[in-house]
Formats: sequence, C-alpha cells, structure tokens
Amino acid sequence: MTMEAYKYEDGSISYPGHPRGPGGAEPVETIDLSEYTGEVVTWTTSMATPPGVREPNTLAIVEFEIEGETVRAIGQATTDEIETGDEVEPVYVDELREPGAGIREPESQDWDGYRFEPV
Amino acid sequence: MERVAIIGASMTQFGQREGEWILDLLAEAGLECLTDAGVDAAEVEHLYVSNMASGEFEGQTGVPNALAHDLDAMPAYTQRVDQTSSSGGAGIYAAWQSVASGASDMTLLVGGEKMTHRTTGEATDVIASLTHPAEYKTGVTLPSFAGLTARHYLERFDAPRESLAKVAVKNHKNGVDNPKAQFQKEIDMETALESPIVADPLRLYDFCPITDGSAALMLCPEEVAQEYTDDYVVISGIDGATDTHVVHERDDPTIMGGVVESGTGAYEMSGYGPDDIDVAELHDMFTILEFLQMEGLGFAEQGEAWQLVEEGYTERDTGELPINTSGGLKSKGHPLGASGVAQGVEIYEQLMGEAGPRQVEADVGLACNVGGFGNCVITTIMEAAR
Repeated sequence: MTMEAYKYEDGSISYPGHPRGPGGAEPVETIDLSEYTGEVVTWTTSMATPPGVREPNTLAIVEFEIEGETVRAIGQATTDEIETGDEVEPVYVDELREPGAGIREPESQDWDGYRFEPV
Repeated sequence: MERVAIIGASMTQFGQREGEWILDLLAEAGLECLTDAGVDAAEVEHLYVSNMASGEFEGQTGVPNALAHDLDAMPAYTQRVDQTSSSGGAGIYAAWQSVASGASDMTLLVGGEKMTHRTTGEATDVIASLTHPAEYKTGVTLPSFAGLTARHYLERFDAPRESLAKVAVKNHKNGVDNPKAQFQKEIDMETALESPIVADPLRLYDFCPITDGSAALMLCPEEVAQEYTDDYVVISGIDGATDTHVVHERDDPTIMGGVVESGTGAYEMSGYGPDDIDVAELHDMFTILEFLQMEGLGFAEQGEAWQLVEEGYTERDTGELPINTSGGLKSKGHPLGASGVAQGVEIYEQLMGEAGPRQVEADVGLACNVGGFGNCVITTIMEAAR
C-alpha cells in the first residue's frame, strides 16, 4: 500500500490521480505521499458519522510540498489534538472504515489507507 | 431561440411526511402546478423529474414514467435529472433547454425527495456516496467538508464565528413566514452558538435538516404563455458548471468555481450584473455556503461576505439584497431533488408579487443551486414580464 499521487507531464501533482491532469496533461509517474510530511491546512471533528465510520472522526486537509510543487490530500487524523499549521506524517491503517456498513459496494474500492499523525 | 416563460409553480409542505413516499410527493406538487398554471396534463409535452436518489432511499426507480402515469400526462417525454443536491437547478436548466430549443411547447418540471424514513447516518451516507473513493473511505461527509471549509474561511479572513450564526438566525426568521417550511421557528444567536457540535467549528444550527418534499414549475415559450396569462416570469439567464470532484484539489478552498462560472454565464445571458439582482435564493445547505455563493456571484468581495451579513445587507425587510426570503434550505428544509426547484418557486412568487408576508420589492431575482460541495452548480436569473 502506498499513498499514491500522480505527477503529470506539466509537473503538477494530484492526490488521488486522474487519467488527465490540469490542461489535459498526461500522468508520467507516481509519487508515494507516505514518504513525506505535510502541513495541516484545515481540520474538523465530525460528530455525526455514517454507518461504519468511527465517531468522532477528525479529518484534515494536508498540503505536501514536493520538488517545488504542492499537492493536497484529505485524511483521518490519529488524534483530536490537531491544529492548522501542524506538521504531520501519514501512518498506515488497514481499515479506515468498515467495508459494507455503508452504501458503497465493498469490492469497488480500497478501505485501507493512511491517517495523519502530528510529527 | 425561444424566450422561456414560467406560468405556474407549486410546492408541497416540506418536512417529515410520514406515510407518503416519493411518488405521492411528486404527484402532489405536479397536480398543484398543473392547476396553478391552468394547463391540462394532456398538454404537457416534456416532463422532467429532479431527484437524486429515490432508488437508494426507497428502492423506487423509474419515477418520471410513474409520475407521467399518475398525472395522466402520457405520452409526454420523460427524463430524470440527477445532479445530487443541484438536481432541481439542473432540472430547471433541462426544462429551459427543452423549451428554448423548440423541442417542447409545454414542459412540467417536478423535483422531489423522500428522506426522513432513513436514519441521519444512513441519509448522510447516501449523500456522501457522491464522493471520490479516496474521500469516501475517510468517512468524510458533506457536513465535514463544510466544517473544513468554515475553519479555513474564519481563520484566513479573520471572520467571527458569530457571523455564520447570523445566517442561521436570519434564515430561520424568514422561514417563520413560509407556511410550507419545515421549521417555522425563530432562533436566537445563543441557541445557534450553543447547539451541539456537528463538524467543528460548525454546530447543529449551521446545517439544513433532512426533509421530505416536492416542488414544481411549468415552463413554455413566451408566446404560448401569453395564451394562458398576462402575468408570468421569464428566465433571463441560466447556466450550469462543474468544479473538481475531489474537493481538496481546488486551488483555493474558499472559491467555488462552479458558482463563479455558472453565475458569469447567467449574468452574460441575461445582460444583468450582481447590482441588478433584487432578491436571491442561495443554497444554504450549510451557513458557510451562503458566504461562498455571495462572493462567487459578485455580491461581495472574497472574504467579505460575512461583513455584509453582519451589517444586515441580506435581511429580508431592511436589507439591500434580501437573501433566502423563503427561509432557505436552513429552515425550509432540503429534500435534495426538490430544493433547486423550490428556490425557483420562491423567486417566481417574489417576482409575481405572490410571496405574502415574505414579499420584497423585486423585478429581477437569482437562484443558485449547489450540488456536492460546489461540485455542480446551476445559476438562474428570472425577471417579471411587464
């Protein structure tokens, strides 16, 4: 498992990846964001979560800077004690929410991933 | 291109409609709209149904054909319009296209959703299923996006938390005079600011409720409208646009690109600008969205909408630009597929002078309907035919 972002031919990076990037640029390589640390842009603690999701669920949008390009990602936080501007690192979790408890077909996507932990 | 008129409008009671299901709600609004317009069902050539998720909520699909049968509108062409929360606005756009193109001389649009039989968690999950797999697995909900964005807005623009509560207080106050609203109850600042946290920093009163309901509009070419009535409303400008599916990929979390793009298109088509708008219905599914739409539509500079709300600029009876005279999604309720249509109903009633105690002075009105968290947006500008 990696936290796979795409780098496009124009140099931009996105997480998650898409078949085409900005301006129709094609992806040229993948970057594993779990090898980097990032900065919390904003966060929330959700107190009303859907079936199969931990409650409360603290989420953050994190910005990574990689070779002069920035890329953002959303993820769960490992703690409720998080602030805007905190430096965080992705840590692997084998199940972010319970597959099949919600409406999404369990086989249609991955359920493991990364949480953000303050460094 | 035909100039498109609206000659009838209806809205069911919004709220918890126990024992009534999607087909009941759609038929109620559809029949009332036919009566309001003075049109026979047999005259309807196109019938559009705005609905996000009747299959997921209720296990009932094929609703447009079912409605055509219930209204005895066969052989009208039917189509379902799903654009998540902006299904209603997208329905107005589809109905406008059907008339403007000359394909239909009489188009009935009915939007509706049946939601309250589900738990809050289940309904939230149906709505959150619009997210990308990378978002969905984090358990993010639409209210969570609102919490993330509201924190960023408040921190970046040094806006007070109270300014968001003022949106809720204003829209609840407006809802008191709307007998079809889910909540007809004023709230004070203290109630809003001390209500339970839902997605920090946002609390219960920053969010719209889960709602059952339906609304409808009748559209036709202006020359056909004149055969039915002297008083009608014209769609002067309309446009729809998308923004990124993945919310965090937007360059600036406080700019809703779909609002900006659809607003620009609607202004251009109508020949009007933000200063010409007399009344607006904005998609206040979350209080923060009222700020972002005010800024995206040019009613306020970026980061300054909160100041206008604090100054009372958007108040119904005393403000320069009354926003959400219906009570908005906040107090009127948000039956997903019905909401954009109901926004159109409110603007129609305001322009026709039929809004009763909610009436404001208005010749030109705007409705902005937002799907996802700004993922899809429709902006419609209407004016009274005089």
